[in-house]
Amino acid sequence: MKLNRPTTLVAELTHRCPLHCPYCSNPLEMTRADEELSTDDWKRVLTQARELGVLQLGLSGGEPLVRKDLEELATHAHDLGLYTTLVTSGLGLTPPRAEKLRHAGLEHVQISLQDSDVETAERIAGATSVKQKQAAVASVRELGFAFTINVVLHRANLDRIGEIIELAASLGADRLELANTQYYGWALANRRALMPTRAQIVAADHVAREAIVRYRGRMQILYVLPDYYEEYPKPCYGGWGKHYLLVMPDGRTLPCHGATHITTLKFDNVRDRSLEWIWAESPAFQAFRGEDWMREPCRSCLRKAIDFGGCRCQAFALTGDATNADPVCTLTPLRGIVDDAVNQEVSPMEYRYRYLTRDAQRP
Amino acid sequence: MPLTSATVPVLWRLARMDFDSVRERHVLLYPEGTVLLNETGAAILELCDGRRSVAEIARILQERYGNDVTADVAEFLSHLAERELVREA
Repeated sequence: MKLNRPTTLVAELTHRCPLHCPYCSNPLEMTRADEELSTDDWKRVLTQARELGVLQLGLSGGEPLVRKDLEELATHAHDLGLYTTLVTSGLGLTPPRAEKLRHAGLEHVQISLQDSDVETAERIAGATSVKQKQAAVASVRELGFAFTINVVLHRANLDRIGEIIELAASLGADRLELANTQYYGWALANRRALMPTRAQIVAADHVAREAIVRYRGRMQILYVLPDYYEEYPKPCYGGWGKHYLLVMPDGRTLPCHGATHITTLKFDNVRDRSLEWIWAESPAFQAFRGEDWMREPCRSCLRKAIDFGGCRCQAFALTGDATNADPVCTLTPLRGIVDDAVNQEVSPMEYRYRYLTRDAQRP
Repeated sequence: MPLTSATVPVLWRLARMDFDSVRERHVLLYPEGTVLLNETGAAILELCDGRRSVAEIARILQERYGNDVTADVAEFLSHLAERELVREA
């Protein structure tokens, strides 16, 4: 099998973040500031990524703006010819920093919003944040960055999907990503408080589909369906170890952001190994490449060419074995696990907020 | 955007073409997306300057390559237009 070259690297520069969203995609066990990779480490990783074939870079976190070397890393990425996206909460994106990043060659900024309703937005974020986000949006627009707004959808904001879309349009977004919560890590820990009702999903789907058509040519709307309500699983990142890799703040390198949940895998570190070795040789990247690892019903299923058996992390998180079919799939007897979650009584919205240290107080 | 021979196509303002020295081929880069281009695709996009029509682009390439590429040009640009990567100027 000829090895594919990756196109995309997500550099999770830090787990530090001023927000505490209960659906954060970071792992529950997060990296402390003193364990983060150095500026030189990151520069070496970016250089190796380009040599490996990476064209798209996401500077992400946590909140990447807490890193003082962000401008230096953006400059290095630009010199390498990478198309770079800053994935940010917007907090800390002051006019001078935005300007420096523009000069550094950063092309695309993605700002998260939590809701169109200010009070709910700040309750979800667990922090006062809306004013700072508005200021960040203004800078991004003024400096002419490609501009995406992204919103994670769940029970508390799904009914306002229409207002959220109008807000994004009024803020001048080129793109709007509406992503229903995927239940890993913090989101899985908060699943009962985040899961919408089926009626909410149906109504929101309708609004999203209509808006996609209405805004075509003005604002590109990407609507990520909630996979728990689908018949078949999603083709995670186009297949394990095929197009995508993610380097965590401490240097461990993953085939997708959820992979740390598969506790049976060991992830090699860019402090010890080259990115090329990790991509081509490391056991974790080879674990679910191709189809040899598959069991029934995936092995004999025609859909394996479309969805590669679904998400390995979800299979592990919900069934305890990463070689099982993704339990979202209605062709596996394991589907009952997802149905039980969908059908369970909704609980009050008591969030377990994302904090770097276990003993931190909730807001 | 339904594409006709009179359409004047232009690349989405947030997309840019680049040459990938690792793969030794042209690529189209845009927010969170990459298209690996073949030689013909790159030649077509280089001619999408916001002034030439689809028919004019096809004629220039026909002169360059010596065979009729009208169908290839229309198919390639329609595909990118479907994904909003190419728009009407």
